[in-house]
Amino acid sequence: MIARWLGMPVAAAAGAARLDLTMGLVHALMLVLFLGWGGFFVYTLVRFRAGRHPRADYAGARSKVSTWIEIAVAVAEGLLLVGLSIPAWASRVSGLPPEHEAVVVRVVAEQFAWNIHYPGPDGVFGTTRPELVSPSNPTGLDRTSPHAADDVVTVNQLHLPVDRPVIVQLSTKDVIHSFSVPNFRVKQDAIPGLMIPVWFVPNRLGQYDLVCAQLCGLGHYRMRGTVTVETPEAFDAWIRTREATR
Amino acid sequence: MEIPYSTTARPDTGVTNSKLGIWLFLASEVMLFGSLFSAYVLLRVGAPSWPHGWAIMNVPLGALNTAVLITSSVTMVLAWVALKERDLSRYWLWMGFTVLLGVMFLSIKAFEYADKFQQGLYPSTNTFMGLYFTLTGLHALHVAAGVVVNTWLLGAGFTMWERDPDRLTHRVEAAGLYWHFVDIVWIVLFPLLYLL
Amino acid sequence: MTTQSSDAHAAVPPFWRRTLFSTDHKVIGIQYAITAMVFLLVGFFLMMLMRWQLAYPGRPIPLVGGLLGATRAPGGIMLPEFYNQLGAMHGTIMIFLGVVPLAVGGFGNYLVPLQIGAPDMAFPRLNLASYWAFAAGGVVMIASFFAPGGAASSGWTSYPPLADIATTGQTFWLAGMVLLITSSLLGSINFITTIVQLRAPGLSFMRLPFFVWSQLVTSFLLLLAFPPLEAAAVLQLMDRVAGTSFYLPSGLVVGGKAMAVAGGGSPLLWQHLFWFLAHPEVYVLILPAMGIVAEIIANSSRKPLWGYRLMVYSVVFLGFMSFLVWAHHMFLTGMGTTMSAFFQTTTMIISIPSVVVLSSLVVSLWGGAIRFTTPALFALAFLPMFGIGGLTGLPLGLAATDIHLHDTYYVIGHFHYVVAPGTIFALFAGVYYWFPKATGRMMNARLGAIHFWGSFVTMNLIFMPMFIQGLAGMNRRLYDAGVQDPHLQGLQPWSVLQGWSAWALGVFQLVFIVNVFWSLRKGSRVDANPWQATTLEWAATSSPPPHGNFAVIPTVRRGPYEYSVPGAPADFTPQNAI
Repeated sequence: MIARWLGMPVAAAAGAARLDLTMGLVHALMLVLFLGWGGFFVYTLVRFRAGRHPRADYAGARSKVSTWIEIAVAVAEGLLLVGLSIPAWASRVSGLPPEHEAVVVRVVAEQFAWNIHYPGPDGVFGTTRPELVSPSNPTGLDRTSPHAADDVVTVNQLHLPVDRPVIVQLSTKDVIHSFSVPNFRVKQDAIPGLMIPVWFVPNRLGQYDLVCAQLCGLGHYRMRGTVTVETPEAFDAWIRTREATR
Repeated sequence: MEIPYSTTARPDTGVTNSKLGIWLFLASEVMLFGSLFSAYVLLRVGAPSWPHGWAIMNVPLGALNTAVLITSSVTMVLAWVALKERDLSRYWLWMGFTVLLGVMFLSIKAFEYADKFQQGLYPSTNTFMGLYFTLTGLHALHVAAGVVVNTWLLGAGFTMWERDPDRLTHRVEAAGLYWHFVDIVWIVLFPLLYLL
Repeated sequence: MTTQSSDAHAAVPPFWRRTLFSTDHKVIGIQYAITAMVFLLVGFFLMMLMRWQLAYPGRPIPLVGGLLGATRAPGGIMLPEFYNQLGAMHGTIMIFLGVVPLAVGGFGNYLVPLQIGAPDMAFPRLNLASYWAFAAGGVVMIASFFAPGGAASSGWTSYPPLADIATTGQTFWLAGMVLLITSSLLGSINFITTIVQLRAPGLSFMRLPFFVWSQLVTSFLLLLAFPPLEAAAVLQLMDRVAGTSFYLPSGLVVGGKAMAVAGGGSPLLWQHLFWFLAHPEVYVLILPAMGIVAEIIANSSRKPLWGYRLMVYSVVFLGFMSFLVWAHHMFLTGMGTTMSAFFQTTTMIISIPSVVVLSSLVVSLWGGAIRFTTPALFALAFLPMFGIGGLTGLPLGLAATDIHLHDTYYVIGHFHYVVAPGTIFALFAGVYYWFPKATGRMMNARLGAIHFWGSFVTMNLIFMPMFIQGLAGMNRRLYDAGVQDPHLQGLQPWSVLQGWSAWALGVFQLVFIVNVFWSLRKGSRVDANPWQATTLEWAATSSPPPHGNFAVIPTVRRGPYEYSVPGAPADFTPQNAI
């Protein structure tokens, strides 16, 4: 509802509703303030134009209303902050689901593609080393290392099962990128030298854009992948075909 | 046209223009070096290992340079006092010393740089060396600027003595404040890079 | 100084000495203003090129497309490299070479000594040096377009590692920034000293015109916030030139090749240092605009500012707080709850003094006798436009909503409302208001009205759709305006509207340029105080003021905005009237 009213993309993850609610409330507050304040402004301009009110009043406004409005604004901001924004952020940063309940996937950004790395059936990632990076091995996965044999690596294709928590371990090989799936209300910068976890619960089947939100060079505009949210069965079938074609 | 309070202090603020100006300039310098020191802390905290400064740097030379710079701060004050007492020959002597010590500091620094290059240590070697060259290099530029100003106050800038000795004294005082600041920066840099 | 001035009376110096190398703050102010307005036009032109590419991606640029050369736009079709250069340089030029030099270097230089009753700035030769450092910085920035690989292309924010590995233009950018920073530092030392030391007798701090207060706070921001950027620029320069890796962590693989650097650096170090400058910089852009608007609102409503004292406290508080909010630009870099809660809280706190200043200005109108002169139109429009800019800062300052809006067109819309129909409108208001003081002639009101209404409508048509685009999830800095993104389908008509509005906005600026030149020759002549104003620049000296400003240094007897005082002979009582 709120998303449609504000022209935001269809929400497709569990946490999106709360962010959309915050977005809606903030914009409602903004609208009320702008209309109230704009109305006063226009009324003042009309009523006190020199043609109609040729002698100005030295003292001007005597009411304390503006002070009360300022206090009200501060209180509203405080409520939004404490009631919605800070808890939302806390759950984003610290509310990570336990790894065994979640689909864990590594996303390694590079100019100008998203490398997606699944641990495979054993649930453990093989070792990656920068010196092994090559066009055929974009994440530098050491296939001889333990747990690496069943790993699945794709480019720009992120498949996820519906209604299960997902943890994306986000990193980058070169410059700063930003992992953004507007439908999930998820965005996180990928910072060179760091691996940052991002989590969400996709809850709507379909295909969504995965785009880069941080200027990363001349191909920034075409750094785009697809997130496919599918049924658990379809997801399992897909990952099996990837293992087979490896 | 005369700019007010160039020579005499404004009664309600208690300072001359140049005194306020130099303090403001030093405030910005504090922010400049403060940012670089914060960068040092951030990079050092984030590093898995950090070399010991004393193992790489020439500590005796660094200590000598510290002594040179502190001494030059003292001679700078003496030069200013001499000027205030209208004792020109002592002013020449102490300001001359200050310039000489500044040059000496820079020479020792240059020798240290050359020595590091010979050992194959460059700014690109690691973060520590990068910080060493950047911080001491920027500091050396400040010392060089101070030497230029002090030399000017002995030469072309000294002609003001004939016209407005008070104003010249204020200039020497301002140059001195700057010189002490450069000295203090070094007193922070020396332990940061040579000892820790 | 003493001997120099007696020389000046003896013989008029040659023309180039009086214009290019004068130490008179009024001449330097006008130099700053003209140079800055030329840069504003250059930055605007870059934007018009970008707007073509966004409205019609991949179509040859009309008229100028063929002149850009094969490295920028082969066959007139813009390359993504060139688009990124335009983006980075549009931001850099508009902020550092346009708005700040006009607001501080131009208006500040011209008006501060006049408004405080001083013969000149405290350090006239330093003033000259800061202008020339600024001009040199501008030349370096423009020259970077002709460097191999073109100008800087990593955004005006120049985030490493991208900026570390960018083409030579980035080195030019850093060198240019160091010159511009030097210029600003020299300027701010001069402003603070001038305001503190050279106030006329009787002009206590609480009697200062609000514009002077805004310049004082701005100068402190420049003085203390620019050095960290200078430090950051020095470190990036070392990364690019001397092979250090302050901003480069270990293990980077660029274009399939491992980078041959020692590593161990931190990309976020740059962001902290950069935003420690760049957030106060936002207030550097807005405070002088508030100052100009306050002057004009008091004058054209013919009554004192409402809550002058509270406004002064607010801007001082604003200046102080602006050093504590920088990381709200970095919510998405992996920030924890505590940090984000801290920076969200400071951000909400800093919004309060802005609300206070804005509502004081609006309430000031209540009970006035409002004259809708050209400067008043621009100054009044500033209020709702800055209001929109401020309000849309709210969802960006709250980390939760920032997740969706970060790096989208919503951000672009937000800060352009603050700076373009906000600050730039205030600057136009200032030009129309003080033009008679500087030239002795009035600007044409009819052309002024066309300029205002045209700019007002087109500005809003450009920037209002950005909020729609941003909420829809359209990212900034997209070379193709997102036409290939499935989730952005249906948004392209907005880009077309924005494009045509931008070019129309350009046409309306031609009206302004014509007005300036016409008014210089044909504008009606004015006396010292055509607006019947109270502050010293109008009340105590001629239009234009002579070298040295005042025949006799005025003595101030009252506050800055004594309009419509009950029982006074006229509806304005100058600060120096007995």
